[in-house]
Amino acid sequence: MALKSIWVYAEATNGNVTPLSLELLAKARTLGGAVEVVYAGADADSLASELGAHGAAKIHSTGDLAASLPGVPVASAIAKAVADGHGPDLIMFGTTYDGRDIAARLSVALDQPVITNNTDIELDGDVVVVTEPIFGGMKLVKTKFTAAGPHIALFRPKSFVAEEAGGAPAEVVALEVTDPGAAKVTNRHVEEATGPKLDEAAIVVSGGRGLGEKDNYELIETLAKLLKAAPGASRAIVDAGWVPYSYQVGQTGKVVKPTVYIAAGISGATQHLVGMKGAKNIIAINKDPEAPIFSVADLGIVGDVHKVLPKLIEALQAR
Amino acid sequence: MHVVVCVKQIPDPAEPGKLEGDLTLDRSGKLILDESDSYGVEMALQLVDKAGGGEVTLVSMAPNNENSGLRTALAMGAAKAILISDPALSGAGALDTAKVLAAAIKSAEPDLVLAATESSDGYTGTVPEQIAALLGLPSITFAKEVHIEGQSVNVRRQTEAGYDEVTCPLPAVVSVTAGVVEPRYPSFKGIMAAKSKPVEEQTVAGLGLDPAGVGSAGAGQEIVAVEDAPVRNAGEIIVDEGEAFTNIVSFLDGLKVI
Repeated sequence: MALKSIWVYAEATNGNVTPLSLELLAKARTLGGAVEVVYAGADADSLASELGAHGAAKIHSTGDLAASLPGVPVASAIAKAVADGHGPDLIMFGTTYDGRDIAARLSVALDQPVITNNTDIELDGDVVVVTEPIFGGMKLVKTKFTAAGPHIALFRPKSFVAEEAGGAPAEVVALEVTDPGAAKVTNRHVEEATGPKLDEAAIVVSGGRGLGEKDNYELIETLAKLLKAAPGASRAIVDAGWVPYSYQVGQTGKVVKPTVYIAAGISGATQHLVGMKGAKNIIAINKDPEAPIFSVADLGIVGDVHKVLPKLIEALQAR
Repeated sequence: MHVVVCVKQIPDPAEPGKLEGDLTLDRSGKLILDESDSYGVEMALQLVDKAGGGEVTLVSMAPNNENSGLRTALAMGAAKAILISDPALSGAGALDTAKVLAAAIKSAEPDLVLAATESSDGYTGTVPEQIAALLGLPSITFAKEVHIEGQSVNVRRQTEAGYDEVTCPLPAVVSVTAGVVEPRYPSFKGIMAAKSKPVEEQTVAGLGLDPAGVGSAGAGQEIVAVEDAPVRNAGEIIVDEGEAFTNIVSFLDGLKVI
């Protein structure tokens, strides 16, 4: 028996549904049952054809949340639908800032567990089983939901492949918010980014503590520019304030799956490996031959980034 | 200003992780203060300083009354700690953890609760928000900056695109990102003082919770299997003697990306 109904929490930026939301929809369709979307924003109508094409029959729209952080209002709205008897069997969230907030609030409202960081989901008869990588992706833990549900699960980006299903535009229905929450956004700041986006670039060049000092990150940026790549970073240098958080690749940062990933001066802590192990080709440069990054590298250079990178940059400039 | 900081004591991340027979994380060895939590402790100490008075209380849940990680945070300057240790908590999920921490926090009656956005062992990342929901408090997650103004907390919250300025009334729960402040190193004096700071030990029943409702008994989830992930084979390793950059160039050439 399949699940009767699955809700996917969808997000959009600049009027487009995020790739992560579409990935979740693609997976939800394979689990059987009705696939519907929860959306918080004023523009549900304009997303109806894209979400419909990706398999959503309905959009449960809270409408504009004005300045509220979504955690409280969206969780209150889903909880009310469940209490009224028309909630889903499973609610899928992406691992995003808002997705985690809503799922956490919802788990309390419904007194249901929330299982996070999943990369897969399957049905074992009626039972929902999710897969979560641990120890830097060395092991995969499969966990089943044992309570009656609705089940709440969060999934990491790029766990599934987004694919259109050719459905009609989704029907927009109202989802009533019962609590707007007390946290209000007073101002939004967009940090301008140039070049390809970290989680969409075909090539990513990342730097770590091995660069020695902040100014040496310029080597990463120069190399990235030459390769039309996105520059990335390990958590260590983000924490140290060398580059903004938006550069971070890893468990707490972005998950990337580029054609080529170049790790320069990165030792390969568990936290970092989780974010880049899915790259098709990995090149690592590190002076410590024992660095864990070499265990996943297709080409490993045991050497000093301060010597290798300038020569590499020069060679590429000469082409 | 009374600030509670949720801190987790975790197996040293530098050591390879191990699982117990029941497939839960092996926490039997020495536990250390999760580095992610040192930012919350530092933030709390700075906010109390700025407010001109008050104190920082730590709340932690750990097996076997383990408190070496708590001592580190006490040495940084926290005044006291509440430690919940109970065999009933083995296998507790995020929601159960939040229920236990929330009960302990409630008894401390703080103006502000700080936590890391996620722990460095479990990475669930939902506990701070769950605590807020259980206590009926507003919350702001992923704080890059935290300021107290009168009866409000103003936060710069990390977003995909940049950051939002968010405000909410106190008391509130705020989760802070790593790097929000530079954690101090405990001084020798601090380390000595920490030895005599009070650590109140609590049990699940002592907090007024039902032991059958937390831990693996109440989790609503059960691990069915742990499998080895497909292994990514290590490739060619070259020791640089000055010319290794050419290997990178030909590797990239082979992939037709340059």
